[in-house]
Amino acid sequence: METVFKGKKISSMLGILPETIGLFDDEVDNYSFPSKQTMRLKKIMGYSQHRLAKETSTVSDFAVYGLNYMLENGWIQKDEIGAVITLTLCPDYFVPHISNIVQAKCGLGTDVICMDIAQGCCGFLVGLMQSFMLLEHLDDKKVVLINGDILSHKISKRDRNDFPLVGDATTITLVENSTLNDSIYYEMHTDGSRGEALKIPAGGFRMPCTPETAAMKDQGDGNFRSLDHMHMDGSSVFNFVQTEVPPMLEHAFQKNRKTVDEMDYFLFHQPNKFMLQKLAEKAGLPAEKLPMNLVENFGNPSGASIPLTAIYNLGDELTKKVYRCCLSAFGSGLAWGVMFMEIGMLEHCELIETEL
Amino acid sequence: MNEQILAMLKELRPEFDFSDSDDFVIDGLLDSFDIISLVSMLEEKYNIKVDGLDIIPENFSSIDTMIALVQKSGGII
Repeated sequence: METVFKGKKISSMLGILPETIGLFDDEVDNYSFPSKQTMRLKKIMGYSQHRLAKETSTVSDFAVYGLNYMLENGWIQKDEIGAVITLTLCPDYFVPHISNIVQAKCGLGTDVICMDIAQGCCGFLVGLMQSFMLLEHLDDKKVVLINGDILSHKISKRDRNDFPLVGDATTITLVENSTLNDSIYYEMHTDGSRGEALKIPAGGFRMPCTPETAAMKDQGDGNFRSLDHMHMDGSSVFNFVQTEVPPMLEHAFQKNRKTVDEMDYFLFHQPNKFMLQKLAEKAGLPAEKLPMNLVENFGNPSGASIPLTAIYNLGDELTKKVYRCCLSAFGSGLAWGVMFMEIGMLEHCELIETEL
Repeated sequence: MNEQILAMLKELRPEFDFSDSDDFVIDGLLDSFDIISLVSMLEEKYNIKVDGLDIIPENFSSIDTMIALVQKSGGII
């Protein structure tokens, strides 16, 4: 899909982090690999620390905490909200949906459109796409876009290939119509035939969770996990990113008659430092404009990665200036996409912590 | 057998005998994270940048394929 949206903007961004920090150095002994070998990955992959939600916390808890923070601090009024969209891989339940829970707990009107979309790495781009389309029908109302995941609950702590990279986080982005008629270019691709590369085998209707699916097994490579756990085939995903993303970016730049130099920032999904460095090299992108520091500070927060990268790296600057941004996401699905969008002069941009 | 690359392999996975394998990856001597570590070590040692598309198991199956990778990446070995 390739399209252009007009007259839409992001007006505020909030990042919500669990206050619990897991240190890579403390987790090395959980893995059945020589510690020297594991520690080598610290520098290469950017493993240092990651945020971990409490076992009892869910995405709706973070979303409600964040939206109440926005409401209490006057970022938005309840009657300004036209829709709540949540993109997550970690629903509280199959039913009811997180957006409905947020609508109820935050006391929003019954005329608010609520929808959840199952999306991982590309969740922010897909969420913006859905927000822009809804805004065509919401007049002066705003969309509350929630991107949140607590995938640490779904990854084995004895899986060195998966656990160190993941981090829990939720972001809330307020999206609204703009009087400026700026163009926002959007491109999204999907290849479901490669979807097995990122998978949680058990827990759905195809394979319900049972004591058998919860049994921990050595996967033959020294990593222990069960069928209830998420696994990423790192080689396949790495090769997918290197193969698909650079030509997509090249196409997008050519089609829009833009150059890499015209961009102020490349705000990309944050799988790990190594993959981003290789992607930057392959696509000819300046590393100084492409933040790669989310994994080392918070872990990879799935669909919340792009807004959290913006909030953490640009922060207050986003309330003072406008930046020409190239957003790109790639991962679960498998899916990959790009968006050219000006982001800035936000009313609010903050990163907060909670004991959740 | 290139001694420098062999030394890297021994540093990375001292528990294995690499002279006894026809394919380090298929034989389970190297996993995907070892390959990433090797890329980093080769780049540092030979002052090269390995193309992302070349980071595939086939290029790390033997010392000969790694020598070819270093040469393809502009390194002198």
